[in-house]
Amino acid sequence: MDLNDIRSWYTVVLFAVFIGIVLWAWSGSTKRRFHDASQLPFNEVEHPLDSSEDNKKGDHHE
Amino acid sequence: MVASSALGSTLGSTLGSTQVEQYNYDIVRKFTIMALVWGVLGMTAGVYIASELAWPFLNFDIAEITFGRLRPVHTTLVIFGFGGSALFATSYYVVQRTCQTRLFSDGMANFTFWGWNLSVGLAAISYMFGYTQAREYAEMVWPIDLLIAVTWVVYLVIYVMTLRKRSQPHIYVANWFFIAFILATALLHIFNNMAVPVHMFSLESYSLHAGVQDAMTQWWYGHNAVGFFLTAAFLGMMYYFIPKQVGRPVYSYRLSIIHFWALIFLYMWVGGHHLHWTALPDWTSTLAAGFSILLLMPSWGGMINGIMTLSGAWDKLRSDPIIRFMVVSLSFYGMSTFEGPLMSLKSVNALSHYTDWTVGHVHSGALGWVAMISFGSFYHLIPRLWGTKMYSEALIFAHFWLATIGIVLYITALWVAGIGQGLLLRAFDEYGNLAYTFIETVSFLHQPYVIRAFGGALFLTGTLLMGYNTVMTIRKAKKEQSEIDAKVAAKLANA
Repeated sequence: MDLNDIRSWYTVVLFAVFIGIVLWAWSGSTKRRFHDASQLPFNEVEHPLDSSEDNKKGDHHE
Repeated sequence: MVASSALGSTLGSTLGSTQVEQYNYDIVRKFTIMALVWGVLGMTAGVYIASELAWPFLNFDIAEITFGRLRPVHTTLVIFGFGGSALFATSYYVVQRTCQTRLFSDGMANFTFWGWNLSVGLAAISYMFGYTQAREYAEMVWPIDLLIAVTWVVYLVIYVMTLRKRSQPHIYVANWFFIAFILATALLHIFNNMAVPVHMFSLESYSLHAGVQDAMTQWWYGHNAVGFFLTAAFLGMMYYFIPKQVGRPVYSYRLSIIHFWALIFLYMWVGGHHLHWTALPDWTSTLAAGFSILLLMPSWGGMINGIMTLSGAWDKLRSDPIIRFMVVSLSFYGMSTFEGPLMSLKSVNALSHYTDWTVGHVHSGALGWVAMISFGSFYHLIPRLWGTKMYSEALIFAHFWLATIGIVLYITALWVAGIGQGLLLRAFDEYGNLAYTFIETVSFLHQPYVIRAFGGALFLTGTLLMGYNTVMTIRKAKKEQSEIDAKVAAKLANA
């Protein structure tokens, strides 16, 4: 097989991987995981400057 | 207010004196200060060379300060000095706080500080004395390239090891963007700079690549420096500091994941659009243009994700200058990622390439997106790093307006300059001869160049205000600290 065939197939594989990532991200199974991760900036040990108002956990979006 | 800042300082002093800080903020402070120092120097160089273009006598026939030598000084100081230091500072801050763990190694972090700043300083000095390998945005001669490579690998090790010892189950999305930026920059830097020195003690070298492959490697590097250094990394900043400043989580975490992977899969292809109508095979540059158009989708997805994070908190735009910096940066991110795909089309590129439109486009990204998101993040960061409030909020508002008006003047002037220049260069008379001499296209540029230099000067003035505000904030923090120390000492003495 020519090196360029491998390159072409590699591109197709990467495209399939990307589609896989999109499907995975949109599947319901990631919902909880993404929600938890999105809260990380607010779970940290607080700076004295951050008032509690600024840091209330914002469960506004999914 | 007073009570809360006093509390902050007390807490800071007890932590500082009795135990090691939970996080390594020292390295973040150092990089923050150097970002401002390089920013002021680099933007001053930028205003000076913009003035040289408007009034060429400013060369004063001194080789070291001619446009050709100062131009890489400007780009290196603003991209790598200002932008790079801002990224070191914010990435070290974000990784520690979202992983809730201290940086992997203080010594290695300090090594990246000295290695990086030494590289930037040496590069700037060497360009003024004429030492360059003439690769755009990678002009450093080979010994500096080696220093950067070592520094960068240490940065990668620190970052990966810090992520590995996180106390949280998840890796926050901002860290994904930062890690992609560090990995991709290592790859780009090393492959683009592969060269053989003329001899052991010569600063000159020959590229390992030749001909059109060399050009393609250069622009594979060049555009991915835009994609990973100036975009992905600053998106890491955006995904942490906007939610923090607004007090709400990112609008859609799911969209941020798609945004990330789409950028990763698409950016690597687009460098060829810098080489339309050259010896590069036609299919390669067509492919690059195709992928450039595709990039519009993740770019705008990310911009919308950032802006929608503000929904429900729009009122803060009236009172919070930091959020204004952030919203304007996202607007410019959206605008320049729309303009870029447009300019990557072959027909548009035939007009825009080799004109000042390109320069205007770069600056709408670099000033509008990169610098504005950095300023916003720094105004959030600086008071927290020094445990006080910013010295003056009025100065932040002034900075915001100077920077915004400066950018608008800059890019509109260069649209006029670039499109006008492009049209003049390809106008024919009725006999099929070129309608204008070259010097006519040059003299046409004078007025837009004057306005551009003025816009740049406004932007620089804003940055100087930020520098002053920061110095005064640090002084204030020290004063508050010493007052509290004195009170504590007095109490202890009485007791």
